[in-house]
Amino acid sequence: MSERVQIQATINGEPVQFLAEPRQSLLEALRDELGMTGAKEGCGNGNCGACNVILDGRLVDSCIVLAAEVEGRLLTTIEGIAQGNHLHPLQQAFLEEAALQCGVCTPGFIVAAKALLDRTPHPTEDQVRHWLAGNLCRCTGYDKIVRAVLRASESTEANA
Amino acid sequence: MVLETEKKQKKYKVIGTRPIRPDGLDKVTGRARFGADIDLPGMLHGAILRSPHAHAHIVRIDTSKAAALPGVKAVVTNADFPHVPAEELSLGEGAVNLVHLRQNVLAEDKVLYHGHAVAAVAATSAHIATEALRLIDVTYELLEPVLDVRDAMKQGSPILHADLRTRDMGKDGDIPSNIASHLHFELGDADHAFGEADVVIEREFTTRMVHQGYIEPHNATVSWDEDDHLTIWMSTQGAFNVRDQMARLLRLPVHNVRVVPMEIGGGFGGKISVYLPPVGAILSHKTGRPVKLVMNRTEVLEATGPTSGSYIKLKMGATKDGRLIAARGELAYEAGAFPGSPVGAGCMTMLGPYDIANATIDGYDVVVNKPRVAAYRAPGAPISAFACESVVDELAEQLGIDPLQFRLQNASKEGTRQLRGTTFPPIGNVAMIKAALASDHYNAPLEGPNRGRGVANGFWFNAGMQSSLNASVNGDGTVSLIEGNTDIGGTRASIAMQLAETLGIPMEAVRPTVVDTDSVGYNAVTGGSRITFASGWAAYECGMDIRRLMCARAAAIWDLGEDDVEYVDGVIRARKDAAKKFTFAELAGRINSTGAPIIGNASVSPQTVGGAFALHIADVEVDPETGKVQVLRYTAFQDPGTAIHPAYVEGQMQGGASQGIGWALNEEYYYNADGTLANASFLDYRMPTTLDLPMIDAVMVETPNPGHPYGVRGVGEVPIVPPLATIANAVYRATGVRFRDLPISPRRVLKETQGLE
Amino acid sequence: MQAIAYQSAKSIDEAVSVLRQWGERARVLSGGTDLIAQLREGRRHDVEVVLDIKSIPEARELRYSPGQGLYLGAAVPCYRIYEDAAIARAYPALADSAALIGGIQIQSRAAIGGNLCNASPAADAIPSLIALGATCEIAGPNGRRTLPVEQFCIGPGRSALEQNEFLVALRLPSPAAQSGSCFLRFIPRNEMDIAVANAAVALTLNPAKDRITAARVAIGAVAPTPLLVPEAAAALIGAPLTEATLERAAEAARAAARPITDMRGSIAQRRHLARVLTRRAIESAIQRAKES
Repeated sequence: MSERVQIQATINGEPVQFLAEPRQSLLEALRDELGMTGAKEGCGNGNCGACNVILDGRLVDSCIVLAAEVEGRLLTTIEGIAQGNHLHPLQQAFLEEAALQCGVCTPGFIVAAKALLDRTPHPTEDQVRHWLAGNLCRCTGYDKIVRAVLRASESTEANA
Repeated sequence: MVLETEKKQKKYKVIGTRPIRPDGLDKVTGRARFGADIDLPGMLHGAILRSPHAHAHIVRIDTSKAAALPGVKAVVTNADFPHVPAEELSLGEGAVNLVHLRQNVLAEDKVLYHGHAVAAVAATSAHIATEALRLIDVTYELLEPVLDVRDAMKQGSPILHADLRTRDMGKDGDIPSNIASHLHFELGDADHAFGEADVVIEREFTTRMVHQGYIEPHNATVSWDEDDHLTIWMSTQGAFNVRDQMARLLRLPVHNVRVVPMEIGGGFGGKISVYLPPVGAILSHKTGRPVKLVMNRTEVLEATGPTSGSYIKLKMGATKDGRLIAARGELAYEAGAFPGSPVGAGCMTMLGPYDIANATIDGYDVVVNKPRVAAYRAPGAPISAFACESVVDELAEQLGIDPLQFRLQNASKEGTRQLRGTTFPPIGNVAMIKAALASDHYNAPLEGPNRGRGVANGFWFNAGMQSSLNASVNGDGTVSLIEGNTDIGGTRASIAMQLAETLGIPMEAVRPTVVDTDSVGYNAVTGGSRITFASGWAAYECGMDIRRLMCARAAAIWDLGEDDVEYVDGVIRARKDAAKKFTFAELAGRINSTGAPIIGNASVSPQTVGGAFALHIADVEVDPETGKVQVLRYTAFQDPGTAIHPAYVEGQMQGGASQGIGWALNEEYYYNADGTLANASFLDYRMPTTLDLPMIDAVMVETPNPGHPYGVRGVGEVPIVPPLATIANAVYRATGVRFRDLPISPRRVLKETQGLE
Repeated sequence: MQAIAYQSAKSIDEAVSVLRQWGERARVLSGGTDLIAQLREGRRHDVEVVLDIKSIPEARELRYSPGQGLYLGAAVPCYRIYEDAAIARAYPALADSAALIGGIQIQSRAAIGGNLCNASPAADAIPSLIALGATCEIAGPNGRRTLPVEQFCIGPGRSALEQNEFLVALRLPSPAAQSGSCFLRFIPRNEMDIAVANAAVALTLNPAKDRITAARVAIGAVAPTPLLVPEAAAALIGAPLTEATLERAAEAARAAARPITDMRGSIAQRRHLARVLTRRAIESAIQRAKES
């Protein structure tokens, strides 16, 4: 076993310290060391988006970030999208638009879509499709996902 | 969009509405627990060594160096399994020979495909387990691989299984062969009918292996206790199937195996057969600790799924007034390394959309050095529909008849005899084609160069099989529903809605929970488009059981005979005394003060599945310089019977269409000449992204199934049947070239249109 | 994967000293989108140390002025290029590349410098860097040196970096007035693929905007390394903006291509695409030059 290093980061607004091996990805650290299993591994090489988190305001595939790289940085994961008991408009729109079937890609899509709406509060369908092209869904054909993101973007809350 | 043939909204209160699914909240917040999210005290992590070769004898496996790596707790091979008899085991969608299943899980004396599991390690971390794999020394003696179904059928081809004989009409052949079975179907007299045909077209088609492509990789965590009881946490479409496979493979009593179905990240048929649980079991047995195994994407693509590659020759004949009268087909499907391709279903569904009186169809199940195939959404049907719908399209063109009109005038309907001998019950094929003919999409002009519109039809049987569930009435009028079917795409909702409808209570008053195999009666797979049909039927029966019990309780309270009490719209009332009535919730509040708790039970095995049809329309544009096909507009029509939750029916239609579009345009298993798979990643196995698909319009043309209390037909599978031919027919109209070899990738388009090899 | 150590260098000197200590067993990490995937997939068993250069000021700096041109630190992620309006306007081909590398998630991390060092024949940034005349700034035990970017790749996955050297930055000259550039690639899907072929063109028009006065053309995924195609540029320079001129240049690109057949494309398809993409990139670059 290689030596574990101590890492400090801010995750969903909370300062967090944890230990991880240098070979562990951020995704592995979140899931295996911190018990935050909302981000999923679909491909392990940055081609499906199921592991998406927001790192210092930028959307990243956490499977190809080393845990050691997030020292001192700000992270938002799917666990931090809702405000307490209050769902984010994207989460509500995904439910109302039936934008999930199996649900395994859903956390990645919601995190990715949040990163979009944070930058572009009122995207066009084309902008939504371009932004989400790094997230694979095999169940829905994307139709209802794109509609859910557009619907959430009409909510004023999404832009808060 | 729902086109109703009955005024459903008046008839039902819950059915046909679009409530938020009960498990939705957990899935949008990341709280839902999928198979890989399990973590147990003392848990070890497993990893599997896989063959780099497509075909080889295993001469020797030396695990000593791996076993010596600090952190490694066990190394196992096929020799660690008990011996099993060569018996067939039903998997719901398909069947498997136990010996083959065992040999697929860990190779015995031969590896039969690139990625075939050879040995496994359990260690204190997943990284250490993976490191240990590199220390396992395997000596192989290489054999020539056979990769194409036609090559594998030839005399003199390399033989995968020395003991495999061709099963033909119930008899086994006497020489080793890669052809596992030959199926033969006959209806009428095709030879004679071809003589009467004015137009006859015969074409050959080929398709490649494609994968289900679920986003969640296979996983299993197994704990083998000291008393030989096993618990398995995993994503599976069939917890009970896993239980039965494990009991048989490990020679344990069924009640020693408990399977806990976690949330599942897609399956499409690919998560029924076991891959990891037997390996996890023997690793856990050796170490005395729970062992977790999770595949990476490469393993998923190399060693699980896919569905068959194929060769089809199909001849069809029609009269000059546009009547289809004869078909002759030869279908050869790749089974992968072990017998069991879906060629039978391919044969039997191929002509489903048509009333065609004379047909002879031969099917061949053929082993090749590729992964053993698994069910994939309407297994076998998309491939044969691709051939049939391409030939039908060409016939219509030669006869100068509109392709949809031609399909309408030959459409199968109630009473049409099918190739498998039975006749259709009431089906929605004709109504659906008429809806497509009248649709805005079909009538909209398609302008611009290099554009084309295609249509195709598709049929799938659907399945019934067994479902069990129970429901407890709580004191506040809510109901706790216990079910055993993995929820892949909203079936908690569609089952709960049918129970709520039966009880006349709001859907929100029913809370469904999916439980493990010790906690509910037997349930067959989540597959065959059967859950909303069969488990929904069980929910109806369970609701009727609760209604009887509630009426009996009210009768006891009122001191009336049970026949004097009726259950109407969620109200229990005396037939002859209007003053005596309880709402459901009122009576629920008195259950525990007036007698025994009320629990409804149901177990069903319905056969009257109906049958499902889908018809798709696609508009495409082809870039003549690059050969790239872009889908501009897509509409899917389907008869869902009664759409219980229309949004999730639309979702199935859109999802099936998009998988089919991927299959048509870019997805394929790309093999190097040595039999190694070249594109085992999501980068190179090209599934559609958001930018590759338009919005997919879903039009439900409801013809309720008279064989179901609420008119349900299965909806999940049939939407993947038409897209292959729909796209091919559209590309033909855009380019003037008929593509009979999938996928219609840019490379192939350039080859066919510009002769660029 | 094997155990590794992670080191984050704060200066060029520190990075060089880590490289000297570990030699071939160390790999430089910038965006990590290639390296970490390779490590996880077991394709880099030899690596024992990952050296993160993102904290080196010279590697993360992005600076542009019309007089000085562009300084692009080797670890600058793609999004910083296309989100900077002045840079995207001055170097449109580079912005095209940056916006095409992977999806949004990849562009948050992947660096143009990393794309270059990975030295893939199909890299999406390298033809643009070649067309735009970029120069590599390299640091190593013997100090600093520079190298024209077209000399950087020497084979698939192999670069001109010597033992213990690393790429610090790229410098791109300021474009002349009436210049335009464009990068195009062909992939079977519309996102998330490796190029079957790609092409980049940078050119300058005369003040009347009816003749090309300077041009550089580069193509990728059609040879062991991305190629500068002087014959294509020669066909454009001084010639009138006619169909025939464009076709001659595109044909020169086709002729320069010497591709292989693999799962992503065939020889004939790639040669053909080299022509088509070069032609389309020239047209777009001319249009951009006219609008500049």
